[in-house]
Amino acid sequence: MSEQLYEVTLLVNGVHRSATVPARRLLSDFLRHDLELTGTHVGCEHGVCGACTVLVGGRPIRSCLQFAVTVDGEEVTTVEGCTRPDGELGPVQQAFRDCHGLQCGFCTPGFVTTITAYLHENPEPTADEAREAIAGNLCRCTGYQNIVASVLRAAQLRTGSTEAAAEAAP
Amino acid sequence: MKPSGFAYHRPSTVAEAVDVLAEVSPAGKVLAGGQSLVPMLNMRLAAPAHLVDVNRLTELAYVRVDDDGGRRTVVVGALARHTDVEHDAAAHAALPLLREALRTVAHPTIRNRGTTVGSIAHADPSGEMGAVLALLGGTVELRSARGTRTVAAAEFTTGPMETSAAPDELVTSVAFPVPEGRTGTAWTELARRNGDYAVCGVGVLVRLGDDHRVVAARAVYVSMGPVPTVLDLTEPVAGQDPRADDDGWAAAGRLAAWRLDPDDDIHATAGYRRQLAAVLTERALRTAARRATEVAV
Repeated sequence: MSEQLYEVTLLVNGVHRSATVPARRLLSDFLRHDLELTGTHVGCEHGVCGACTVLVGGRPIRSCLQFAVTVDGEEVTTVEGCTRPDGELGPVQQAFRDCHGLQCGFCTPGFVTTITAYLHENPEPTADEAREAIAGNLCRCTGYQNIVASVLRAAQLRTGSTEAAAEAAP
Repeated sequence: MKPSGFAYHRPSTVAEAVDVLAEVSPAGKVLAGGQSLVPMLNMRLAAPAHLVDVNRLTELAYVRVDDDGGRRTVVVGALARHTDVEHDAAAHAALPLLREALRTVAHPTIRNRGTTVGSIAHADPSGEMGAVLALLGGTVELRSARGTRTVAAAEFTTGPMETSAAPDELVTSVAFPVPEGRTGTAWTELARRNGDYAVCGVGVLVRLGDDHRVVAARAVYVSMGPVPTVLDLTEPVAGQDPRADDDGWAAAGRLAAWRLDPDDDIHATAGYRRQLAAVLTERALRTAARRATEVAV
């Protein structure tokens, strides 16, 4: 018996994208296989490692614990969408580069999405808050110190860009 | 791993949902936030033939505080995410224990999707929200095509991952009664890593009389038995004034440790868990008692 298929349409990083998939297609696989957005990484595939974190309606969630069909019609932001509007590195991405916040890079997409949403809620975290904010993401290379530094650096970059934008506004 | 195939149902009203559940019973499983169910599907520990996705039942996406002649209840609908409950100002003002306990439920990323009702229906012995419901003597509302019924928390959870919900029933809401009078609550737990399953978790409630002397103290535990265990710890602290007396709290902790019967597992021995229960109970009782003295009645 062939599986029933569902057309799923998402607004991914500002672009409407559709694919026809079985109900059991995980959002992580939908993004990677069906939409070929391979920035989202799949680590543990049971919700522990955080590598697959994407934003749905602006909130970070584990894409490996969600069926694509469940979030049909929603707005999704992946690491590919965490750039500046001109396509240059966004503040969190730039901060990871500045602070050596990644080594092998496998976990990085999950950190970037998680931190992007976190800074939206809490634009000026303390070092302790930054550590707490990334507690749900695992990294086996860095020892986390440079990721905490990246959160703080990203906060600076964001505030700077907000100020610059405010100055540039007429 | 990937989930095995299933027939997918996406009802848009509660009435439709219970009709589908009746039709596919007993082969149906309700999917809400999926933060416990989907890992089990991914690892193929579970392979239900039918999944009934309730994420479109927006009529169940609510948190509200009911007031029935002064008896207040925080009612949480089945589609309220943990995050929604955690950040609800009215629920927090009425029952601060909810937010305190919710902050120990996994990580914000999980709480953004997982639902409070789903967690209670999942009945994991380490689940904080089922324990909070048991501590407060709350209730669970179940709907099926046959009708609606309300079950006390103590009768709802029957074993590890087991409840008295029938296969055709949908848990539509849970109700957390707000403790009356000069009452303080507290939640504390110890986990190996921030956001991980508790090795031992404890929630307590302390009620003082008008003279500020303890009239009731009880506690609930997670990861300390097959279901949330509620213990009455009034005896060692009865009559004690939290502003002056100090001796009963440790005795209450020891009483709890003596009455609990946890298991050994790869994370901790039963003896260590009991030791944690004694220490955490004492701490939580002190905190709750201090909070009770600050309640304006």
